[in-house]
Amino acid sequence: MNQADTKNLEQVVIRFAGDSGDGMQVVGSQFTRTSALVGNDLATLPDFPAEIRAPAGTREGVSGFQIQLADHQIFTPGDQADALVALNAAALVTNLGAVRPGGIVIVNTDKFAKLDLDKARLSSNPLEDGTLDGYRVIRAPISTMTKDAVEPLGLKTKEADRCKNFYCLGVVYWLYGRPLDATEAWVRRKFKSPYLEANLAALHAGHAWAETSELFQNHYAIPSASLPSGDYRNITGNMGIALGLAAAAVKSGATVFYGSYPITPASDILHNLAPFKHFGVATFQAEDEIAAVCAAIGASYGGAIGVTGTSGPGLALKAEAVGLALTAELPLVIVDVQRAGPSTGLPTKTEQSDLMQAMYGRNGESPVAVIAASRPNDTFEVALEAVRLSVKYRTPVILLSDGYIANGAEPWTLPDIHAIPRIPIDYAKAEEAETFQPYARDPETLARPWAVPGTPGLEHRIGGLEKQDRTGNVSYDPANHQKMCELRAEKILRMRADIPPTQVHGSADGTLLIGWGSTFGAIRTVTDQLLADGHRIAHVHLRHLNPLPGDLGDVLSRYERVLVPELNLGQLVRLLRDLYLVDARPISKIQGQPFFTSELRARVVAAMA
Amino acid sequence: MSTQPPEYAKKDFMSDQIIRWCPGCGDYSILSQVQTVFSQLGRPKEEFVVISGIGCSSRFPYYMNTYGFHTIHGRAPGFATGLKVTRPELSVWVVTGDGDGLSIGGNHLAHLLRRNVDLNVMLFNNRIYGLTKGQYSPTSEVGKKTKSTPMGSIDNPFNPLAFAIGSGATCVMRSIDVFAQHLRDTLQAADTHRGTSFVEIYQNCNIFNDGAFDAFTDRAVRDDRILYLEHGKPMVWGKTARWGLRLDGLALQVVQLGDDLDESHCLVHDATNRVLATMLADLDGSDGFPVPVGLFYSVQRPTYDGAFGAQIREAKVRLGEGDLHQLLHAGDTWKV
Ligand code: SF4
Repeated sequence: MNQADTKNLEQVVIRFAGDSGDGMQVVGSQFTRTSALVGNDLATLPDFPAEIRAPAGTREGVSGFQIQLADHQIFTPGDQADALVALNAAALVTNLGAVRPGGIVIVNTDKFAKLDLDKARLSSNPLEDGTLDGYRVIRAPISTMTKDAVEPLGLKTKEADRCKNFYCLGVVYWLYGRPLDATEAWVRRKFKSPYLEANLAALHAGHAWAETSELFQNHYAIPSASLPSGDYRNITGNMGIALGLAAAAVKSGATVFYGSYPITPASDILHNLAPFKHFGVATFQAEDEIAAVCAAIGASYGGAIGVTGTSGPGLALKAEAVGLALTAELPLVIVDVQRAGPSTGLPTKTEQSDLMQAMYGRNGESPVAVIAASRPNDTFEVALEAVRLSVKYRTPVILLSDGYIANGAEPWTLPDIHAIPRIPIDYAKAEEAETFQPYARDPETLARPWAVPGTPGLEHRIGGLEKQDRTGNVSYDPANHQKMCELRAEKILRMRADIPPTQVHGSADGTLLIGWGSTFGAIRTVTDQLLADGHRIAHVHLRHLNPLPGDLGDVLSRYERVLVPELNLGQLVRLLRDLYLVDARPISKIQGQPFFTSELRARVVAAMA
Repeated sequence: MSTQPPEYAKKDFMSDQIIRWCPGCGDYSILSQVQTVFSQLGRPKEEFVVISGIGCSSRFPYYMNTYGFHTIHGRAPGFATGLKVTRPELSVWVVTGDGDGLSIGGNHLAHLLRRNVDLNVMLFNNRIYGLTKGQYSPTSEVGKKTKSTPMGSIDNPFNPLAFAIGSGATCVMRSIDVFAQHLRDTLQAADTHRGTSFVEIYQNCNIFNDGAFDAFTDRAVRDDRILYLEHGKPMVWGKTARWGLRLDGLALQVVQLGDDLDESHCLVHDATNRVLATMLADLDGSDGFPVPVGLFYSVQRPTYDGAFGAQIREAKVRLGEGDLHQLLHAGDTWKV
């Protein structure tokens, strides 16, 4: 029996790495579920290759998953891992750099034969050449032990080997004191005999081996976090958006029509929404990005809430149609789950480099609303907000998410559905036929009537040609064109009435860190650290990017230094400099990876010096 | 609510906008026939929606006193699909041209046809770019001299009907701008068909491609060059002499009717035969063959919008109206 002591940890970062065929994402998501169920706060980040199955054993085929869990509130998946599980040589060498010195490294020693080293392009064996010096290495023949564990079930060698991810999970569950029951239940739901029994056997064998092998000095406990009370579940950004759109259908009573063309990392929104038909959600997989947005606009024209989802390259293709929606003044939500660009870029890596495209990427004077999610657990709210603004102002709203938010997960406090306000839908009515003008405007919002086909007496024509004010008839009049351009711009600015006052976290003067999107976690963590160290520092995180909040200029003017951390070469910072003539400075990173809090902290400190 | 079909005159479908096509353009005749046909379809006016792309033909919606949407180049099928699947009770008409529908929008047109969305496509084929002032189009003949092809175009043209049949269209027809009655009958038939009705309409652009169809539309030669296709009728034509189509092996053959041969020796048109439709679509008036107009092909296949709505209804029957609280609380939840 292992006499290992139990040590309490405030937080821990664990990383799983293996072949993309090894089921590392399954291990990660099981570990996440179990940790959430025991009450830890957590944040996760999958890290997978663009290829579905690059050749096994190669560096290109390595798939990873990182999770941070804590007994207090956290905002990021953590910088460096305290523990790494590496299922083969390639996974070890590509992930070792992400482990802190002295961290635990559990390696599958069965995958370090000459052939494995060759595939990983290694000339010497990292188990023997000193590569692992300075780490607490646990050498485990995981493949062999898995095979032994499932042997009685008579699986083929290949099938038996595929259970090794559950073996690893068993090991790590023991190491971090996690219960097995949630995963056992999941395996029972998900698998059929004999794979069900095999995976359970591997899970239990891993757990038992860790307990009895005496290789571990300690095992750990991470007490529950004291989170605000409520019902929780884990949420990824792509699921949050899907749920938000379903809620929008329910709260408006209108059909939400989601037209999309598969694209990484946005496709899961389509997958998540397709089973929500009974909520009034209609999904359409179009022949391309352009057809997807056009169909969404066609649906809006008919009175549905048209939504399209994509990533940066798709947003570029949709640009002309978005321009039509804004001049036709119809509701349209465009979800852009950003990824590293330009062009195809790094499809599975994250970036915030579409802000300028969202703001300006269309011909002509073509303002649209732009809002951004900042973490997986605000995506539900942001999706609802996008629909609400779009319907109320009859204009396209671009919702920016990114790969990090889309695939990352964290606990989400489930909202009380009765507290979610209704989304009023006010189609023009047949009774208004006498006075109806397609481009008359609501005096407050400047929205034009939403007169849908089928309404007697409101027959009218709209299109991409410039329209005469009020009548909507085609007009080439110069003064009218200026007026219409100004009206469309003014309409977007009127949305300020719907934007709550800017929330400032931290001190009232000194240095202001201002960000948007998925940098929230890193910026908030750094701000809290520096506040604790006695710095005068504050954090503002923007949800509304166009228009910006009406009070933002005042907020900016209170700080002597404004820093803008972004995963791009400086986009929000340009908007701020442009609109407020403030000497805001960029802190840029563009590596397909989020900010590490340690690196962001160092750069903020350097900028404050 | 009265269930009496509304009584309309053609003028009820005329909008108050000044028509901006060139005088003499074939579009005028098409507009006039469409207005007449719409007034006779027995549908409330507010249920008609005309959706177009970009080009001369795509100005069409502005001149119809119905709901209309003049969209962007080549993409009308996308807008129309999104509208029709969410509002299947509407009568949706797509107006496009040879450039809009077969060049920039070829992809969308193909997908519309294979999906079989229940709407009607009128493709005005004038074999030229009009609105951009006279470049060759994807239906222009090889060797066509235009501003962009001073030495003659070198692209092989599309055959719109073969394109439609190849894309999986369920209803394929052709008519001609100046054949007023025939055009009206064709549009009536398009309205009746469940699924995408594809109607190619030869349209004269008197500015940039005048007389493109004169060889078989001139009153003097028309009856000797045009074959009016009707399902179940022998394929015969001609006024000065009578001609018929027969099969010679796997190819069509023209025969002169007279003492030895009569209609009973000619091929009877079967509009459900896709191979025959393809052969007929290939006839272009050369080598003594006629130019066929009318119904080439028509079969029944479930519509996309029908299946789209059926899945939603089925989901509601199986799962009940969605319960948002349950949806959010699905999976693993925990209490703090
Ligand atoms: S350019 Fe040709 S197609 Fe266009 S309106 Fe003039 S005549 Fe008609």
